[in-house]
Amino acid sequence: MRQAFSLTVNGSPVSVSADGATNLIHILRSELALRAVRFGCGAEACGACMVLLDGEPVMSCTLPLERAAGHAVTTPEGIGTAEAPDPLQAAFLAEQAAQCGYCLGGILIAAKALLARNPNPTRAEIAVALEKNLCRCGAHNRMIRAVARAARAMRGEAA
Amino acid sequence: MTLPASLAANPRLDRWIGFEPGGRVRLATGKVELGQGILTALVQIAAEELRVAPERVRVVSGDTDAAPEEGFTAGSQSIEASGGAIRVAAAEVRALFIEAAALRLNCAPDAIGLADGKFLQDGAPTALDYWTLAQSVDLAREPRGTAPLTRPADFQVIGRSFPRVDLPDKIFGAGFIHDLAFPGMIHARVLRCPRRRAHLEVLDEAAIRRAAGETVEFVRIGDFLAILAPDEAVVERAREAALRHARWSGGEPWRTGQSDATHLVSLESQDQLLEFPGTAPSNPPVREFHASYTRPYLAHGSIAPSVGLARFDGAHLEVLTHSQGVGLLRGALARALRLDPEAVSVRHSHGAGCYGHNGADDAAADAAFIAHARPGPWIRAQWTRADELSAAPFGSAMVVDLRAALDAHFRPVDWAIEVFSGTHGQRPGHNGGVNLLPAEALPDPPPPPALADVPEAAGFGGLRNARALYDLPPQRVVHHLVRRPPLRTSSMRGLGTHGNVFAIESFIDELAVLAAEDPLAYRLSLLSDPRGRRVLEHVAEMAGWAGRPAGGAGEGWGIAFSRYKNRASYVAAVAEVFVEESVTLRRVWCAVDAGLVINPDGAANQIEGGVIQAASWTLKEAVLVSDEGIATADWEHYPVLRFPEIPEVSVAFVGTDEDPTLGLGEAALGPTAAAIGNAVAHALGARVRAMPLTRERIMEALLAEDTLQTEQHQG
Repeated sequence: MRQAFSLTVNGSPVSVSADGATNLIHILRSELALRAVRFGCGAEACGACMVLLDGEPVMSCTLPLERAAGHAVTTPEGIGTAEAPDPLQAAFLAEQAAQCGYCLGGILIAAKALLARNPNPTRAEIAVALEKNLCRCGAHNRMIRAVARAARAMRGEAA
Repeated sequence: MTLPASLAANPRLDRWIGFEPGGRVRLATGKVELGQGILTALVQIAAEELRVAPERVRVVSGDTDAAPEEGFTAGSQSIEASGGAIRVAAAEVRALFIEAAALRLNCAPDAIGLADGKFLQDGAPTALDYWTLAQSVDLAREPRGTAPLTRPADFQVIGRSFPRVDLPDKIFGAGFIHDLAFPGMIHARVLRCPRRRAHLEVLDEAAIRRAAGETVEFVRIGDFLAILAPDEAVVERAREAALRHARWSGGEPWRTGQSDATHLVSLESQDQLLEFPGTAPSNPPVREFHASYTRPYLAHGSIAPSVGLARFDGAHLEVLTHSQGVGLLRGALARALRLDPEAVSVRHSHGAGCYGHNGADDAAADAAFIAHARPGPWIRAQWTRADELSAAPFGSAMVVDLRAALDAHFRPVDWAIEVFSGTHGQRPGHNGGVNLLPAEALPDPPPPPALADVPEAAGFGGLRNARALYDLPPQRVVHHLVRRPPLRTSSMRGLGTHGNVFAIESFIDELAVLAAEDPLAYRLSLLSDPRGRRVLEHVAEMAGWAGRPAGGAGEGWGIAFSRYKNRASYVAAVAEVFVEESVTLRRVWCAVDAGLVINPDGAANQIEGGVIQAASWTLKEAVLVSDEGIATADWEHYPVLRFPEIPEVSVAFVGTDEDPTLGLGEAALGPTAAAIGNAVAHALGARVRAMPLTRERIMEALLAEDTLQTEQHQG
């Protein structure tokens, strides 16, 4: 049954009318056209659909809208834009840290959450923080380097 | 001059290159972006020969209406094939424009220079550029292929690590076929049959409608069933309900154990014997050695489920796909739907990483069949994760038997290899077939494709890299092409190279152990190919091979090498592992000779990715079948390497710019797999010959070794 739900998405209040059991990914992609949130498995097993819920990384493929209502959601679009990139996005470009790039949205989200709690992570800490995110092309080492590079930039150190 | 094959097949310059308003260059290619960075490298080649800034070049790729037809994006051939054609075409376009500028300026062509598309006369600016001259140069002409190419020493753009042209979109949130949405678009899900060619006996449409909660439509053609709704969440609910409310009968039953590689040996096959010449042995045989190696069926496991979009207006069918071969897909779709190929347009749009013939073509066919039955709106058919891991074609399992007779110095004096495998080449359009999964469900299905594998001219399928590159006696190669493997097999990254190089390079390692020689020294003693020697010697130097641990105590190092397809790039790899109960892969070093490298960072990315994917295949992956069907249809049961398991990877390119560019996208797979296998054997003092090298397999190998040693003590 359709109902109205309010939540904050990328800093702006939004209101959507939908069945409360609808998974958040669907609301974000179809209703709000935030398509950097990507469908990968629908079972919380690959991380492609990751978003921040009040700053914590969660899988949006299984999160019902009613549980996200009233909370703040950040999608990869909310991290930065081509005009004003987040240090993470700039670092991923600088390191050419991708092959196909389909997993990138979720990985940027997981990395964003990591750097918020640990501004100087080791290689192993970065790898553990990205454990829930699958990359099938094998660009992992580049991504780990990109996260470390972004951390340095955010600490004000030279790249 | 002979034109490059792709240019000869698309012999009009304007098919490849054009000049557009705003100082833009249109570059068209039949090859498509799969995340391998091909478009960037092709832009670099065109920019180099045209003398324009790479930023000016806009690429049209994989479009049956607007781009050259270049077959499949496969086999590490895109730089050689499309890049080779683009280089010759762009050089000729530059020469034609220089002639036109010289004519206009009333000077000799030698006096004309070029800087970012603007013509210079004796080094001074003129009013002419490509765009002002575009009206006076007719590119609707056949290439002659005689224009001089830029010399490697003069390269400005080729050989530089130019950033990927498609990456910003993908980092900032869009850029995939999955992101396309059209007004009035209808979402569709196709219900896959639980067994191949099963019949849809009962479908409780009312129950499915109730579960969906909102209106859904059904499109049914024979046993092909699609559920449609404008809202994706609704159609998803309906699909889940349909799994419970559909009853299937008949079809090809599944049996536990069918997915074992060794099951292939019991199946009927089409056999072929090939003999490759070698050096006649000068010493008599004194002993024989035989070993059998296997790899399981492997899944592509693209991170995105496949998707296809199609629209039919009653006369013309438009299809958007992430297929690797739009022209061949068009032919197959036209045949399945009994349409004139001219009435079908197929355009490529970027998908998630794709490593061969995955579900892309089938998903496009799903959308096309639905659109054909329901003309009007755009239809978007998306697969599920389970579809992706169970309905897409698989890379075939393989059994590779090797047999050698050895002389007193443990050098082979007789050599034979036998390969058992399903086909590695069954794409739509291959072998005269349609081979689109949904077509099997049609009431009047098109005939299945004839049995065939990728031919020698394309580098072989099951026999890819089955011929060893060492100085060996004549090699006997037997191919058992299994007629009807239990799983649907087709092309997956590297085809037979993963199984064959794992087998041959493990076998060579075992011979070195028998000879009590260092595996690197043993290899070099059998290898006169200078480029092969160079990658091996270089990777040993990089890794510090001379200082490797003694082995047998958990730490292990392994080395391996091959030349992809015996004619593309050379790669040698060293792997460092630590083995307790399971394998930890710590580091991999690679030395690569790819001749002239167009984009060093892009090339390194391909090698790094190949190393990690091969590590994942070799250590973790196997498609398994139970009596109920594919038992590995989710990431829990089909695990792939995750971030904490990723080795550090070092790559060095050791070729020279004077050697022609060699394909490299698939070149690291075989050597990486074998280096890991050899490192595990070094660590354990026991050999695991069956991939994946899991904890269970290691325990088995250790037990077997213990038994052997006990017997030897007792004997």
